[in-house]
Amino acid sequence: MSGRFSWFNATSIGLGFAFLYIPILLLVIYSFNESKLVTVWGGWSTKWYAGLLDNEGLMNAAWVTLRVALLSATIATVLGTLAAIVLVRMGRFPGRTLFSGMIFAPLVMPEVITGLSLLLLFVAIGFDRGFWTVTVAHVTFSMCYAAVVVQARLFDFDKSVEEAAMDLGATPVKTFFEVTLPIIAPSVISAWLLSFTLSLDDLVIASFATGPGATTLPMKIYSQVRLGVTPEINAISTLMIGVVTLGVLVASYTTKRAAARQRRETRAVDAGAA
Amino acid sequence: MRRWSVIAVPYFWLLLFFLVPFIIVLKISLSDVATAIPPYIPVLDFSQGLSGISDFFAELDFENYAFVFSDELYVSAYWSSLKIAALSTFFTLIIAYPIAYGMARAPREWQPTLVMLVILPFWTSFLIRVYAWMGILKKEGLLNLLLMNLGLIDEPLTILNTNTAVYIGIAYSYLPFMILPLYASLEKISPALLEAAEDLGSRPWRAFWQVTFPLSIPGVVAGCFLVFIPAVGEFVIPDLLGGSETLMIGKTLWNEFFNNRDWPVSSAVAVILLLVLVIPIVLFQRNQQKQREAGA
Repeated sequence: MSGRFSWFNATSIGLGFAFLYIPILLLVIYSFNESKLVTVWGGWSTKWYAGLLDNEGLMNAAWVTLRVALLSATIATVLGTLAAIVLVRMGRFPGRTLFSGMIFAPLVMPEVITGLSLLLLFVAIGFDRGFWTVTVAHVTFSMCYAAVVVQARLFDFDKSVEEAAMDLGATPVKTFFEVTLPIIAPSVISAWLLSFTLSLDDLVIASFATGPGATTLPMKIYSQVRLGVTPEINAISTLMIGVVTLGVLVASYTTKRAAARQRRETRAVDAGAA
Repeated sequence: MRRWSVIAVPYFWLLLFFLVPFIIVLKISLSDVATAIPPYIPVLDFSQGLSGISDFFAELDFENYAFVFSDELYVSAYWSSLKIAALSTFFTLIIAYPIAYGMARAPREWQPTLVMLVILPFWTSFLIRVYAWMGILKKEGLLNLLLMNLGLIDEPLTILNTNTAVYIGIAYSYLPFMILPLYASLEKISPALLEAAEDLGSRPWRAFWQVTFPLSIPGVVAGCFLVFIPAVGEFVIPDLLGGSETLMIGKTLWNEFFNNRDWPVSSAVAVILLLVLVIPIVLFQRNQQKQREAGA
């Protein structure tokens, strides 16, 4: 289907994207509203943004959220990559079915159940709830998403490259770091980004897993949102949207470039072999 | 040796933080309520050794489950969750299909950009996207303002804090999950098939129902499961957009736990919710398996 958009297709795409983007756009626009009333336009202003910096509770929550997200995304990516290798490369071993079940189940588990069960575990083992319990909870569900992302890439790629390295005397660990990891790198980066945003986003599981002193940004926003729509929340939301959008655009640009370079290199190798 | 350590690390993590917590939920759902910290009396006491296990079987009762089933509130919350999730899934499908269809028929060089534009809002915080609708749907909100200015209505509509708002919220939040599998299956359909149908005298509408739609069913099924399963246990959307009439089990569980502090009953509610979801989850798994085999 090359060529032009038909009027029907253009209309359905246009309406669909309007539905997807207009709510976010309105939220952003009204964060610059001078008036405190949501429907009254009082002219442009950035005063709500200036107010954010003085809001200590909000800034603390943002800092906690960022630390949890950085740490949990990194651990989840390592564990998820290991899990993907186990699923794709390790063949059969006792307990494999249980393992793949435990990777798949958290993806479809309602958040309220995951949150409740983790909280009950932390209470049962007498672990003080706070920063670390939220991090552990986030690692647990993010690593399953990370595993699925990396697994898809491992399925596609040619195992004989790894075998060649090992035939040439590389140890399995060396083979992994010098052959496998560079090839799956784009998917490992996507896995990290996905884990990072999942952690940044999570309200329900963090609410269960947290304790005194570790309030995350979504929890803070949620407690204010319940009281109604305010320009301050629009402002903090706009900042979060901006950061995430920028991150995704940069990431997709760099992975696209990395993929293009990889394709060129493989083509060069193929040409050399022929 | 090394092989085992690679397996052991993620395995152990998931056992400890996914399976064990679940067993604890199961155990607590069988315990009795107590006004203590933690607020329950364990039935299965391992420190008692064998006699603890025999006591467990002697005192085993399903009173929390019996309570959940005898209380009108819980039973109707389960029903209403399934109903709301099913209706929202249907609305999502209706909205997503034309978009996915348009994307699959768009010029090839545009398609990666369109896919990316569908995914992009998904990266934005779920909570923020739901919050955005509060400003639009409320009584003095932007939708009512627009409709009144256009002269379509005289009185503002009450949409926020009703089930309608919940349908809109679910359809909006889960739209990418429906569009992407639909697009994947529509994009695979060869245009030659439609040309053949046309050459044989089929009108476009008829060609759609007899050729395109049947071939897109795998995408429809996958998309519906991807929306329906998480929608049943949804908490944020019914809590923020729904009203007092909106009964959903995720919200009920949350209230039971945080407001009533009844841990055994909330655990029983969680176990039953999971049992309710097992059927769609297994069906979804089977369907994915079938698709993979058909693709191979």
